[in-house]
Amino acid sequence: MIELRDIRKSFGEKEVLHGINLEIADGDVFGIIGVSGAGKSTLVRCMNLLERPTSGRVLIDGRDVTDLKGAQLIQLRQFIGMIFQNFSLFQQRSVAENVCFPLEIRGVAKEERLERATDLLKMVDLSDFADAYPVQLSGGQQQRVAIARALANRPRIMLCDEATSALDTRTTMSILELLGRVNRELGVTMVVITHSLAVAQRICNRIAVIDDGRIVEEGATREVFAHPQAQMTKDLLLFDTVIQDFSEDEREKAVI
Amino acid sequence: MGFFAEYGQLLLEGTWDSIVMTAVSCIFAYVLGIPLGVLVLITGEGNLRPNRPVHAVLGWIINVGRSIPFIILLFSIIPFTRLIVGTSLGVLGAIVPLVVCATPFVARMVEQSLAEVDASLIEAGEAFGASAWQLVYKVYLKESLPSLVRGASITFITLFGFVAMAGCVGAGGLGDIAIRYGYQRYQPDVMVAAVILCVILVEVVQSLGNAISKAVDKRTR
Repeated sequence: MIELRDIRKSFGEKEVLHGINLEIADGDVFGIIGVSGAGKSTLVRCMNLLERPTSGRVLIDGRDVTDLKGAQLIQLRQFIGMIFQNFSLFQQRSVAENVCFPLEIRGVAKEERLERATDLLKMVDLSDFADAYPVQLSGGQQQRVAIARALANRPRIMLCDEATSALDTRTTMSILELLGRVNRELGVTMVVITHSLAVAQRICNRIAVIDDGRIVEEGATREVFAHPQAQMTKDLLLFDTVIQDFSEDEREKAVI
Repeated sequence: MGFFAEYGQLLLEGTWDSIVMTAVSCIFAYVLGIPLGVLVLITGEGNLRPNRPVHAVLGWIINVGRSIPFIILLFSIIPFTRLIVGTSLGVLGAIVPLVVCATPFVARMVEQSLAEVDASLIEAGEAFGASAWQLVYKVYLKESLPSLVRGASITFITLFGFVAMAGCVGAGGLGDIAIRYGYQRYQPDVMVAAVILCVILVEVVQSLGNAISKAVDKRTR
């Protein structure tokens, strides 16, 4: 369970999060949706304290972690996986070494690390690529490696920061399918940051819409899509609908 | 034929001395310069351990060190050189000022190489719970290895030039030969031979540096 209580964050004079309250239950795939600059990335970074809130509290499983430092902070982070828009794989490490990184950091023995990496790579369908380097992989493959790496420490929470934004539609679908599997089979709670309603619709059971540093709407995904209340949600929906219409139009043309 | 019989041995020994002096001072300069470069980088604003006073003082020391002309340094720190190695002459006497001169240079090169590492990789390392020390050697140093190697070949070549200057304090090496035979004894053939050897050496080191950098870089396969 992740609880955010009245989170505010300022960079210098500028406040980018204006008092965010959220509760994310265990097992949720929780979408945080908004346009660029709405504060989504800053918000998700408050959850593993890559950004420290200016005020407010972050609670994980009921424990206040907001002021954790040193070894305790490191321990907290080791059990929160994270994946990124541009994958952030270490370019000078092989695929297996990337997957092992979080274990290496924790001082896990080499044989055990490699064993775990083998299992994880099997799970993300990249068993044949253990000795390859990130530069040799496609975007989708790189994100799969990143997912395997994020799972290395068997985290209970995984933060996904625009994880599919750099990928094409088909690859996006396969990554979302994988993330869904991680959620169902491993019971990992997911926090999915995205600007795409299609992505949210696909895997999130709950969503929160964030606009200019405020949560303007929150609820079960189906409910929010069926009865959007906030203007921002309506705008986002409208935009996605336009794209859908356009692609249907294109499809018809292709058929004729 | 007579030229090589007469001076071959001398030139060969000179080349060897030059290489040894350069290599030894390079090693010491890196032993001191890597921590210094890392420290100046991570104390910078927004980095791992921002610390304005430390960052400013280190930056200032590095800049002063880099702005003193080597030939001035060579003579002005003679007392210090004597203190460290007991003499200000010969190979040992040259290595101290070479290291003093090269350390700030290396620190800047290292800082530059590490700064090229994508900030998102540092963030990823942090997200997985890496400590500052682990971020330095498992992310910063590892990811910038190809760039560090290229920097090392530049450092080696720059130092090689300074070693020639150190010939002034009787340090030996190709520079010393060029000065003694070419300049003081009017033997341009010896001087030219020494210079040609310098050119070849620089060329070899640069090519070797590029090749090693390419070999360790996993982004180019």
